[in-house]
Amino acid sequence: MKLKLKIWRQKNAQDKGKMVDYDIEGVSGDMSFLEMLDVLNNQLIGKDEDPVAFDHDCREGICGSCSLFINGEAHGPDRLITTCQLHMRKFKDGDTVYIEPFRAGAFPVIKDLVVDRSALDRIQQAGGYVSVNTSGNTQDANAIPVPKSDADKAFDAATCIGCGACVASCKNASAMLFVAAKVSQFALLPQGKIEAKRRVLNMVEQMDKEGFGSCTNTGACEAECPKGISLENIARMNREYLSASFTANE
Amino acid sequence: MTNLQAHIPTGPLAEKWTSHKNKINLVNPANKRQIDVIVVGTGLAGGSAAATLAELGYNVKAFCYQDSPRRAHSIAAQGGINAAKNYQGDGDSTYRLFYDTVKGGDYRSREANVYRLAEVSANIIDQCVAQGVPFARDYGGLLDNRSFGGVLVSRTFYAKGQTGQQLLLGCYSAMNRQIARGKIKMYNRHEMMELVVVDGKARGIIARNLVTGAIERHSAHAVVIASGGYGNVFYLSTNAMGSNVSAAWKVHKKGAYFANPCFTQIHPTCIPVSGDHQSKLTLMSESLRNDGRIWVPKKMEDVKAIREGRLKPTQIAEQDRDYYLERRYPAFGNLVPRDVASRAAKERCDAGYGVNATGEAVYLDFSSAILRYGKEQAHLKGMDENDAATVKRLGTALVEAKYGNLFQMYEKIVDQNPYETPMMIYPAVHYTMGGIWVDYNLMTTIPGLYAIGEANFSDHGANRLGASALMQGLADGYFVLPYTIGDYLSKDIRTGRIDTNTPEFDEAERQVRQQVEQLLHNKGSRSVDFFHKKLGRVMWDKVGMARNADGLRQAIEEIRQIRADFYKEVRVPGTANEYNEELAKAGRVADFLELGELMARDALEREESCGGHFREEFQTEDGEAMRRPEFQYVGAWEYTGDPSQANLHREVLEYENIEVKERSYK
Repeated sequence: MKLKLKIWRQKNAQDKGKMVDYDIEGVSGDMSFLEMLDVLNNQLIGKDEDPVAFDHDCREGICGSCSLFINGEAHGPDRLITTCQLHMRKFKDGDTVYIEPFRAGAFPVIKDLVVDRSALDRIQQAGGYVSVNTSGNTQDANAIPVPKSDADKAFDAATCIGCGACVASCKNASAMLFVAAKVSQFALLPQGKIEAKRRVLNMVEQMDKEGFGSCTNTGACEAECPKGISLENIARMNREYLSASFTANE
Repeated sequence: MTNLQAHIPTGPLAEKWTSHKNKINLVNPANKRQIDVIVVGTGLAGGSAAATLAELGYNVKAFCYQDSPRRAHSIAAQGGINAAKNYQGDGDSTYRLFYDTVKGGDYRSREANVYRLAEVSANIIDQCVAQGVPFARDYGGLLDNRSFGGVLVSRTFYAKGQTGQQLLLGCYSAMNRQIARGKIKMYNRHEMMELVVVDGKARGIIARNLVTGAIERHSAHAVVIASGGYGNVFYLSTNAMGSNVSAAWKVHKKGAYFANPCFTQIHPTCIPVSGDHQSKLTLMSESLRNDGRIWVPKKMEDVKAIREGRLKPTQIAEQDRDYYLERRYPAFGNLVPRDVASRAAKERCDAGYGVNATGEAVYLDFSSAILRYGKEQAHLKGMDENDAATVKRLGTALVEAKYGNLFQMYEKIVDQNPYETPMMIYPAVHYTMGGIWVDYNLMTTIPGLYAIGEANFSDHGANRLGASALMQGLADGYFVLPYTIGDYLSKDIRTGRIDTNTPEFDEAERQVRQQVEQLLHNKGSRSVDFFHKKLGRVMWDKVGMARNADGLRQAIEEIRQIRADFYKEVRVPGTANEYNEELAKAGRVADFLELGELMARDALEREESCGGHFREEFQTEDGEAMRRPEFQYVGAWEYTGDPSQANLHREVLEYENIEVKERSYK
């Protein structure tokens, strides 16, 4: 099939950037979206033009590197997948496809479609861990049984791949779903409960510092999340935050 | 010829590690604060090592090419992690995990290293649970296990089909705690370009900032390479697009020996190639072989009808299916090790029974499992076990709970529903058992340079068992290196900070700048991918699942030619001082073009078949690998200026605790 691509090109962080049109032919339905961009880039290199920069690595939907806002949706029109798993069979011959970076004040553009998501790392550094040293002398893994339902919910929250689709989809550019997923994972497990109060307060404080917006319960994050992280986690984080605000004594 | 000292401690096997730990030197906490360690790579090995070294008090500088340490390719591991916990009471033990691993590796790994790995495996699970890793649990709240290939017990811990991500996030969280404390300085989007050796010791690296293009000098008292495997030398593999050999290759060129480079794991269950545009291959976890049955049609006319679309696999009667693994290996059935399963698939496809248009696919079928689970669930719930619709619904739900994300991944890529029709799978390059040679302390032949995880060669011999890579990465990083590196660093407490303003750093930086300039000013007409694909084709055809002397000799010549053409004709757009992915890729492919040649040389030298290395000249009457006792050694190559003219050093492997036998899964 033939497609018309409208792609955000921006030379570097200082450049203003603009949408540029490209025509591409010979796209097969079995190609992934990123393989289609590979074909475009090889054509551009052949013409001595600058290839389009985009983040990608594992190309199997788990590393969270790939991003892209495709026709107004994070990771494109399909549900519960990342851009690298999106296949061209979801498009029709003659379609116009708009490709933009994940946009948010806290995600400055590095080049073209590549953005800086290190703000998400800094939120994790503020408390997204259990303070346990490596020793080999922690208690036996089965010493504390964990109810299956708690373990399963913690796992579901932990499936977040940190891609930032929630932020890009949110009209407020809020990172609440991302932060809530980590807070929930630990709050649900006995190993994480000891530091739960300090954790939620510190992570939320860092989230605000990074310039992410507030949550207005629109739910676009949940709808666009490639891993289907539930809004329930935001509710749990709000509960944890509120209770920690009143009871934390440090 | 050999000067390889493996430094294996004396004493009985089961006591070696404990007594070694008791005897080696320690560094006191005040002195640790004066010592810097560089860790290249932040997967399970590098991430766990960086976190643990920082907890101990060392100043760690960690480097990854990704935009966050959480994205290292360990994240893509699906099935699970082995540990000799014997929670299932099915006869597992440290010895049995050790035995299975040595046998699975076709008797080409070092006994003492493997025993240590089995010994610390249980600690890994304890540590990860303490970090909040959400492993699968049963209704009693205890940890669940499943079975993997090549073993007869259930010792694999898992988190649905994304065990790698959960373990890596555990490491990442431990790293984050140390980044927050200032004990780890994290360098994201940085690529190691060169190792700096001062007075014979590893003292730093030259790195390139992938955002600004800046060439940076970083010094340390020791350098740890944890940069993963080199499967991308085949162009198509299950590795991430950025996975590369460059860090490992650069240290090889600086004097570190490269061991068993030809030992490559071809994973049996991957989604087949769909066309020329293909950029990578996707794995379907080995855990699927717990419940999935592999088959091709028995009759050639059925194969033809399937390829022409006249017949669906579900229409082929049970007696007309050839469950070839169950037929050939009744004891292990669908759970034979990966090398055996891959070769068996190739054998059937070469014989003409492949089930897709290219003839390179076999079926992985869940219909029996859905039926079996459905009946069990119906019985449990007091429903009608003979009602097909109920059984199918319940069975499908259970299979979904176990493997849901894998099935979804398959459906998105192939556009077929694997609950309704069997998956099509074919072997693909997945893991490399070979790597930088290390001694028992994980130190390379360059003092102060260590290699851990997939980047080293040590524990998997000629074939890695499923769920053992995660175990090895974490064992090295959490429980082995943090002890052994202290022994070396204890002699460095008076050294002080390592200066980067020295002739050695000048020279290393000059070499890096020269390579960058050369690639950018080449002004050829072909893209980097063009040469990478060409190399991959040669590697797959001649250094792949089956190899022979003629093919390997041709491969060496062809790779040399492709490399010469690359430097004549490659075009790298853009400039040095900007985000330039083509430039980064060109540097990596340049290294693959040298490594591929050494792999072919190593495969040519090893005149036997073992594990993932199959030489057509050396097979038994029924087509199984024929090992030869005179090759019971580790082949460690010393660089001499030309990849395939390297010098071979042999570390002879001795088995004092295991009887070396024919490896049978029948």
